Amino acid sequence: MTSPAPTLANRPTATFDESRRTAPHVTIRGLSKHYTDAAIYDKFDFDIPRGKLISVFGPNGCGKSTLINMIAGLVPADAGEVLFDGRPLSRVKFGYVFQNYREALFPWLRAFDNIAYPLKLMGVDKAERDRRVDRLVSHLGVKIDLSLYPYHLSGGQQQLVSIMRALIVEPEILFLDEPFSALDYEMTLFMRDQLQRVFMETATTTVLVSHDLEEAVYLSDYILLLSRHPARVVDFVAYDAPRPRSDKTMSEPSFVATKAHCLKLFQREVQRG
Amino acid sequence: MKKSHAFLPFVGVAILLAVWTLVTSLKLVDPVLLPSPYATFRTLWQGMLSGKLGVDFLKTVMRTIASTAIAAVIAIPLGILLGSSEKVYRSVEFLIDFFRSTPASAMFPLFLVLFGVGDRTKISVAAFGAALVILFNVAYGVMNARKTRLLAAKVMGASRLRVLFDVMLLESLPQTFVGLRNGVSLALVIIVVAEMFIGSTDGLGQRVFEAQQLFDMPGMYAAIFAAGALGYLLNLLFQLIERRFVHWAGR
Repeated sequence: MTSPAPTLANRPTATFDESRRTAPHVTIRGLSKHYTDAAIYDKFDFDIPRGKLISVFGPNGCGKSTLINMIAGLVPADAGEVLFDGRPLSRVKFGYVFQNYREALFPWLRAFDNIAYPLKLMGVDKAERDRRVDRLVSHLGVKIDLSLYPYHLSGGQQQLVSIMRALIVEPEILFLDEPFSALDYEMTLFMRDQLQRVFMETATTTVLVSHDLEEAVYLSDYILLLSRHPARVVDFVAYDAPRPRSDKTMSEPSFVATKAHCLKLFQREVQRG
Repeated sequence: MKKSHAFLPFVGVAILLAVWTLVTSLKLVDPVLLPSPYATFRTLWQGMLSGKLGVDFLKTVMRTIASTAIAAVIAIPLGILLGSSEKVYRSVEFLIDFFRSTPASAMFPLFLVLFGVGDRTKISVAAFGAALVILFNVAYGVMNARKTRLLAAKVMGASRLRVLFDVMLLESLPQTFVGLRNGVSLALVIIVVAEMFIGSTDGLGQRVFEAQQLFDMPGMYAAIFAAGALGYLLNLLFQLIERRFVHWAGR
């Protein structure tokens, strides 16, 4: 989501060779990141599949958030390359949802204008902005009074507004950094299903950082399990239960087995450290 | 329960008036030094409506508003500029803190030399004092803008200039209003002092001073109350503006 200039790369994916649809969406090569006392990433390679929801899960401090922050350009990498269908980040429209919705939303704008803000940055005129927000709202079936200011909304509603703000530009990839960890359990369950619904409606490539294994498995097509730092891929676990998944899904054998498998690898990593 | 709470602020006032009335009616204090509340408020009322006090009140209001406005026009843009780069602010921080700590009244002689005896000196000294207070608050407001909010704007593709105007400026508004409220209070103090001593012929400071010289005690108390009401009302005015424009402050 950068300059609105209609460069070649900003055109819809239809201009791409269709065979690339099965190619990985994001290729990460030789990514390195050192903090003063430790190497968090050292020549890290990974491919993010297209149109899937993947969760990043791993021990505390292994750099789960650092990974998506480097991919999304919030944190500079020391070395390495991240390409989106061969293009650099600066030519890609993407959405990013912060853990701290309270500080990520603009309290001086109504919820509606918060959602429309990225379009304003792109130079879209007011009438068109309104039209697109209305379309997204009805598309997602959101029932929030968007004429309110964020501080009048509940935590879950604020995070939903954040997610819609990330989606309004029709991003080709969506990053979420522990988006529900500041919410209470009831709201978390509700928001998981909201996110699942968003994903089913848009099929946007989604990368979710989670510290909750149940949530990671429940929502994901793939779970990326990272090791202690320097992080490497411990496993890339596929979970293909049909959507929409519900609380029944969580008692199915495949869910329980996938979660147990991830937990076993996770604990091995924790003990290794 | 709630209804009775609304009366609470008046309890202190009622007690003060009762004690004051008691003291004057029992003649516990020389009536020349402390006139009765009735005499004082009658003088205040008449002075404000038809006498010179009302004219002096308006003079002081105009000088205070003028100096605060000048201070705001200079200090707000400068504060944003300095605050938007922490390095720049740190390099001038000592100067700002030093002159902010210098009593503005110590600058009167200098400003008298620069601007002569008259309104320009009073207004510019008050503007000088208020500007530093506003500058300091605006700069801190900008520097303390929430990092997540700035990142959010950046990640949505906002340019540096857009981040400055769409985020930093609004983030700094609550602190800017703190600066404006403190600035207007300081400006009033400086204006009243200036009116007392540097060749004034009008203004509340001059009114208080003259009444004291003439031993017109009801007139002096009336002028003091007028000055107090002015300070209170200015603060209230800025609070109302703040609540209107910075509705998100503290939420």
